[in-house]
Amino acid sequence: MNTFTTNIQLVYVLAAACFVVGLHLMNSPATARRGNQVSTAGMIIAVITTLVLLIHEGTVTAVGWTVLIVGSLLGSAVGLWSARTVQMTAMPQLVSMFNAVGGGAAALVAIYGYMHDESAPGGVLGTTSVFTVLDVLIGSVTFTGSLIAAGKLQGIISGSPVMIKGGRLITAALMVVGLGSAAFMLTTASLPALLLVVLASLAFGVLMVLPIGGADMPVVISLLNAFTGTAVAMAGFVINNWALIIAGALVGASGGILTKLMADAMNRSLSNIMLGGFGTGDTAIAAAVSGDAQVRAIAADDAGIQLAYASKVIIVPGYGLAAAQAQHGVAELGALLEQRGIEVSYAIHPVAGRMPGHMNVLLAEANVPYPMLKEMDEINPEFPRADVALVIGANDVTNPAARRPGNAVSGMPILDVDQAKSIIVVKRSMGHGYAGIDNELYTNPKTSMYFADAKKAVAEMTAAVKTLVG
Amino acid sequence: MSTALVTDLTIFVLALLVGIEVIGKVPATLHTPLMSAANSIHGIVIVGALLIGVTAHTTVGYILAFIASFFAAANVVGGYVVTGRMLKMFRRKAAPAPADPAPAEVQQQERESVRS
Repeated sequence: MNTFTTNIQLVYVLAAACFVVGLHLMNSPATARRGNQVSTAGMIIAVITTLVLLIHEGTVTAVGWTVLIVGSLLGSAVGLWSARTVQMTAMPQLVSMFNAVGGGAAALVAIYGYMHDESAPGGVLGTTSVFTVLDVLIGSVTFTGSLIAAGKLQGIISGSPVMIKGGRLITAALMVVGLGSAAFMLTTASLPALLLVVLASLAFGVLMVLPIGGADMPVVISLLNAFTGTAVAMAGFVINNWALIIAGALVGASGGILTKLMADAMNRSLSNIMLGGFGTGDTAIAAAVSGDAQVRAIAADDAGIQLAYASKVIIVPGYGLAAAQAQHGVAELGALLEQRGIEVSYAIHPVAGRMPGHMNVLLAEANVPYPMLKEMDEINPEFPRADVALVIGANDVTNPAARRPGNAVSGMPILDVDQAKSIIVVKRSMGHGYAGIDNELYTNPKTSMYFADAKKAVAEMTAAVKTLVG
Repeated sequence: MSTALVTDLTIFVLALLVGIEVIGKVPATLHTPLMSAANSIHGIVIVGALLIGVTAHTTVGYILAFIASFFAAANVVGGYVVTGRMLKMFRRKAAPAPADPAPAEVQQQERESVRS
């Protein structure tokens, strides 16, 4: 290593340090923006350093420069456009697309490196082969897997589990082909074997995500995020670059942690999620609710009175709220109640929304101050003190049946909504949630059902509160 | 095992542990921006994509470099911009935003003026 390349590596380490500090600042909403800026600065440093290195080496051809510049500019434009225009409800799709392109780019870097080394006099080093294979495997699986996940979230591909006849058999065959070629590459450098690994991995990615249901997407996206990070770290090993190794490891760790958090919050093991959709793998036993259980319906005026004369209201938003685009209306209702001196908070279940923390972003967009957003462990002890729990578009995460063994939601951490003094549930019908079982909360004597679309219901309740209190 | 490989592995393992330590402290409120931030960080692969350019001199090499740089640039630019956009929305107090008020923010401003 001469002085110049040593300095370059040192600057890369500086960039990596910026990433760590940036992520560290994300531990509070107050400093998170600064964190993103520090991280951006690290990235700019890394890119500029790389450009300096390229100019210094002087081996890039005119065509090479054109290709890199045009490619980067086009990519930046696409990235900028999608980041600026994306709806907050569509964030999971966008994150998934970024996973796809990140994983794809990581795989391409390794593929190119391998092609280059193979034609070079020294050939491919054994250790390089190991990392190349890992990078290509993970990167390719991430690429197609993320595209399928994004497609499912966007509704282009059916959100329900898609089972292909003999899918397991095909998956097994792909694994044999992929891993077989990979093993072969470790002894003999072979480009065709690498391409076989690529093709098998691409197909495997599709088959891996297709059978997973829409409700499990938070876990899948987290997992694919971890995959992308790992693929990037492997690319770092291939081209021996510390910035890639450190950044990739950080992302791998974050994806891993979030995956575990999400799986825990759904009370399901990762293998259970990956191997089949809700209600398809496990035998779902219906909860013990008799068919003729009484449900009490409520009108806007009564709901308005309950809310207006409460002293503490907890709002429980679920994905149904976002799907109905009702978050702005809910924020308005919440602010109106607050103005009357009512203590309002929002109970956010870890899997509310389509990705980890999604509901918080949706409510933040609707101008709800973040101190009002409470996590499950924080809010659960507060339910007994709440006069009204207003459940909007949340279902399985409020089902008290989860406390009993023997049904599809057993053991799942839930919000203790049934402990509130009275409960209003806004729902379009008595339909089931993803778990496919009855929600015992709805037949609770303290519960009133408000049958309407979330947006309409919230507007009606707000109007009722306004006329009541002038 | 070469020294370089041992160094690389050491860095990888330590970075993994640092990641677990740092990210474990992030509250659930920020998990979506966190994932988006992690997303932009794996855009570092742009460095790898650029480094391909050093040795590219065949058509296949150019095509691979082009796609890789396109993908990585979309990842890195989009990731940082959207993370910034999300984080801007997190406010301690429901204060009116200065630029392009969304409908809810307009209502918020009205409420603020009523209150004062």
